[in-house]
Amino acid sequence: MNFFKQLVDRERVFDFMVPQQSPVDVRHGPILYLEDVSVSFDGFRAINKLNLTIDDGELRCIIGPNGAGKTTMMDIITGKTRPDEGSVWFGSRHNLLQMNEPDIASLGIGRKFQKPTVFEALTVFQNLELARATNKSILPTLTERMTGEIQDRIDEVLLLIGLKNLHRQPAGILSHGQKQWLEIGMLLMQKPRLLLVDEPVAGMTEQEMERTAELLTGLAGQQSVVVVEHDMGFVRSIARKVTVLHQGSVLAEGSMDQVSSDPRVIEVYLGEEA
Amino acid sequence: MPLLLMLLLLLWLPLAQAEDLPSATAESDDTGLYLLQTLDVASFQDKAEAIRLIVTSDDPRARNWLSALLEGNLQRERSGRFVLVEGTSGRDLLVSDALSGEALGAINRRDLSRISINNPLRNQLRSALALIDLYSSDLNLRRASAERLIGEVDATLAAVLPDFLDEETDRRVHQRLSLALAIYRVEQGELAAVEQLSGSLHSRARVALTRAQSSDDAQLSEAARQALLGIEQKLKLNRAAETLYFGLSMGSVLVLAAIGLAITFGVMGVINMAHGELIMLGAYTTWAMQQLLPGQPGLALLLSIPAGFMVAGLTGIAIERGVIQFLKGRPLETLLATFGISLILQQLVRTVISPLNRTVVTPEWMSGSIAINDALSLTLNRLYIMAFALLVFAALIYILRRTRLGLEVRAVTQNRNMARSMGIRATRVDMLTFGLGSGVAGLAGVALSQLTNVGPNLGQAYIIDSFMVVVFGGVGNLWGTLVAGMSLGVINQILEPWAGAVLAKILVLVFIILFIQKRPRGLFPQKGRAAGD
Amino acid sequence: MWLTQPLYERSTRIFLGVLLLAMSLVTLLHLVVPADHPLHVSAYTVNLLGKYLSYALLAVAVDLVWGYLGILSLGHGAFFALGGYAMGMYLMRQIGDRGVYGHPELPDFMVFLNWDALPWYWLGFDSFWFAALMVLLVPGLLAFAFGYLAFRSRVTGVYLSIMTQALTFALMLAFFRNEMGFGGNNGLTDFRDMLGFDLRTDTTRLVLFLVTGLALAIGYLICRAIVTSKLGRVCVACRDAEARTRFLGYRVERVQLSVFVVSAMLAGVAGALYVPQVGIINPGEFSPLFSIEIVIWVALGGRATLYGAVIGALLVNYAKTWFTGVMPDAWLFALGAMFVLVTVLLPRGIAGLMHNLNERRRRVKDKPQDDQQELPV
Repeated sequence: MNFFKQLVDRERVFDFMVPQQSPVDVRHGPILYLEDVSVSFDGFRAINKLNLTIDDGELRCIIGPNGAGKTTMMDIITGKTRPDEGSVWFGSRHNLLQMNEPDIASLGIGRKFQKPTVFEALTVFQNLELARATNKSILPTLTERMTGEIQDRIDEVLLLIGLKNLHRQPAGILSHGQKQWLEIGMLLMQKPRLLLVDEPVAGMTEQEMERTAELLTGLAGQQSVVVVEHDMGFVRSIARKVTVLHQGSVLAEGSMDQVSSDPRVIEVYLGEEA
Repeated sequence: MPLLLMLLLLLWLPLAQAEDLPSATAESDDTGLYLLQTLDVASFQDKAEAIRLIVTSDDPRARNWLSALLEGNLQRERSGRFVLVEGTSGRDLLVSDALSGEALGAINRRDLSRISINNPLRNQLRSALALIDLYSSDLNLRRASAERLIGEVDATLAAVLPDFLDEETDRRVHQRLSLALAIYRVEQGELAAVEQLSGSLHSRARVALTRAQSSDDAQLSEAARQALLGIEQKLKLNRAAETLYFGLSMGSVLVLAAIGLAITFGVMGVINMAHGELIMLGAYTTWAMQQLLPGQPGLALLLSIPAGFMVAGLTGIAIERGVIQFLKGRPLETLLATFGISLILQQLVRTVISPLNRTVVTPEWMSGSIAINDALSLTLNRLYIMAFALLVFAALIYILRRTRLGLEVRAVTQNRNMARSMGIRATRVDMLTFGLGSGVAGLAGVALSQLTNVGPNLGQAYIIDSFMVVVFGGVGNLWGTLVAGMSLGVINQILEPWAGAVLAKILVLVFIILFIQKRPRGLFPQKGRAAGD
Repeated sequence: MWLTQPLYERSTRIFLGVLLLAMSLVTLLHLVVPADHPLHVSAYTVNLLGKYLSYALLAVAVDLVWGYLGILSLGHGAFFALGGYAMGMYLMRQIGDRGVYGHPELPDFMVFLNWDALPWYWLGFDSFWFAALMVLLVPGLLAFAFGYLAFRSRVTGVYLSIMTQALTFALMLAFFRNEMGFGGNNGLTDFRDMLGFDLRTDTTRLVLFLVTGLALAIGYLICRAIVTSKLGRVCVACRDAEARTRFLGYRVERVQLSVFVVSAMLAGVAGALYVPQVGIINPGEFSPLFSIEIVIWVALGGRATLYGAVIGALLVNYAKTWFTGVMPDAWLFALGAMFVLVTVLLPRGIAGLMHNLNERRRRVKDKPQDDQQELPV
């Protein structure tokens, strides 16, 4: 009888369901480390011997002209695309190339897509609920109940992203900017160690942009954030360190001022835009 | 001729205790009558003599008489006149005079008596006919006769044949007769002849060798065993070639059925479950064409190629305009709606034409086969369909790669909005592409009508296979469809002998299901970022 | 307990209420009302309704995977048929020596094929509980094996639909073979009794009808419990944005696999209840046409509502019975037209239509200029 009670106990976590992962080890340096990564599609080299390190707690902006390989780089880090060669490490313990997307996500790498993707048929509240960091295996997911604690956490994030009064609405009716925020909110619920953000302010108004900048800078410190963005004004407003990608490899790295005065950068990128 | 005649006479005279050939007798001015009368005796032995007489008579009518005798068509009227039966008319027989050849009209069966023969006589008649044909100046007759003689040579023929062979100039006749002779010699236990048979694939040669293998003569038996081993090796090769041929022909049917789908599904991304019914419409178009042009199946078939294309193509365009265009971007709904259309089309054919199968006539130039050697012959209709499939494939590749329409199709499928902003009318391109894919399905139907019965369920039989081929080959890749169709056809043919047709089909399906798990994008996947979404 | 969660929903309570009411009404009209009265429900009708209810359970199973998980299975007929065959094998063994050939152990068709012993996979089917276990296990295992391979390699959408269709097609060909030992063409039939009750009596038929109704209620509750749980929301997430769900840390393939297996088992149960009521199971149930017909029941009733699936299954099958009685040739036209019209004009089915009408009425009553809020499906 006791055994049965244990078996149906909702709080009990079976041994085989405990995620087998060890915490990220950042004692020996960077949180993300890409070395000599290359990948090609049909002969086209999207990424070419890319080397990149992100320190723990850093906020890094990555810029580059179209086709520089920014999105492909994110695909590689999150396990969507396998590189032809090179190595990708998360901390000094986890080889990301041996893991699939959910594994990488539960390690603590969150991603925001270029096109905002939220679950349109679910409400704003439910979107955040799904993103919450917890045991995401089948049975716990099936039997999980809404507790006050979870409710509070979601309310907190709802306030932060300014969607409190819309929380019962399906995400499908949100405006473009609201969807972007909801997605950032989902990342917050995930409590990731590393956040990959792809063009967070595309299609946003000036005001929305400011708010987004606030959100992101507020995150840095506890979490490492990598932002890919086209909008130079926005990058200038949040960036401490900027990496310029060109034709799949790093062209320049440094502060915004350093980078924007680099003649090579001006030639390939700023030169065209300015 | 005289030399040969003499040979024959020399040969048969001692056996036949020949009577001298009568010149004109009292009863008739025709030696023929006498010859026939000698046949009309009770004793089979006497009849055998008579046959020899007729053969040696050099009478031009001899061949007719003997073949009529063999078929039981040489009969005698009550009046004593000999007639040849040409056919029947009700209960009466249509006959002609055996001597003059003039038609005598219908005669009651009861007024005729058949000149009977027995089995030894039948064999004798066959060789005699073959021999007469061998002396004919008509090359085709000689070839056919030589073919017939393989395995049927008896002592008398064997005695004549070597001399005949010296005279014969045609290579094929020569080769067949040598084979026939060698088989006889092996049967007689001649060791030297085994060598001659060692490369032959003819079934009679194998029979002779197998018999020789079990003979008491150790040397002969061993030689025959060796020869058989060699033949077995060659047969295996031939069987492999045959499997390959059947496989490729089945494969080309699959390719034909699937290639239209490769365009609508592969290139446009539209799931058309009514594709099978478009194939069916093509097949019915062939049938209708043959009904319109009775007696000219060949012309009707040729005309059905454009007609089938148009019928299926226009139906396809109607489906695209009427249903599919409203379901853009909802592939699962498209699948269901087109499935509904397929039900309607099937039922329409059942109601309007008939629920029963219709047969389509195969024109003469498509029937028959080409014999490569004794063990391998290729049926012509399958050969034509193979060629047709390749032709259609080449045409499609040309259209998609080299024409304006092809360029627009590729533009629209890769980036619809961009293509539209460049002035391409995307809806028109959709319509034409779908029409093209559907039209090709119609062509497949025209080809299929030559292989199977045409019925309302024809399409259903091919729809799953077609999808399998496209998915297996890699969606959006015509070459993939070609390779996939051909290889599935061959795999199926390889499996069939030891698994049976149904199990082979099941195995192929299971194989594809497993294959798709391993390589979800098929044999020739499209690469790149675009493929990931 | 999460299982009781759906009972707090209004729609669940209405559904269960209506189902229960209908079942008791039919029982009452069948047992109490005299046979010559116009309101009497004949044993034939009870039997027919029982058949419809097993179809309804099958439709609920399909709606679970299609409506909520976005997996259009064109092979659910295979799971249904496998469950049916498992039950059919039990019923076959119950015939005992009462068959035409009077063999104490072998079913007639095996005697006919000159087999002298039961094949190993027929062993155990003389026990009802073993057969009942197989009704769940066999479809479940097939779904597990197929789904494990398919979902792991991320075969989804149209590809998956075609693969499931190929699966049921291959099974149909296999079951048509006499050598398989399932009666080939003719399938399993001539059943006598089940758990000792004669299948041909009216009482047994009524009980079977009631049991099927009960199974439908339980199946509905299980599905509802899944879709109202957080797992249900993850299902919807997988359906609408698979990649995003993966990046949130959910193992999409496991979600798909587990729900697919549950659905296959429900389909198996539906098949097992269907067979004793119609008295035959043959390879025809594996035909791709049947599987795709199930989908149109769900589409007509309305996806992702569960009760819509039940409505659709009952409506289409009633129409089918009516057409086959009055003008059999027109049925395929009607079915085909239904496929086209529902997908083009009524993408959210009858349930969606009712929902829209309700919304409009409420909107007119409450707040006239409300923005358009529609649940995207």
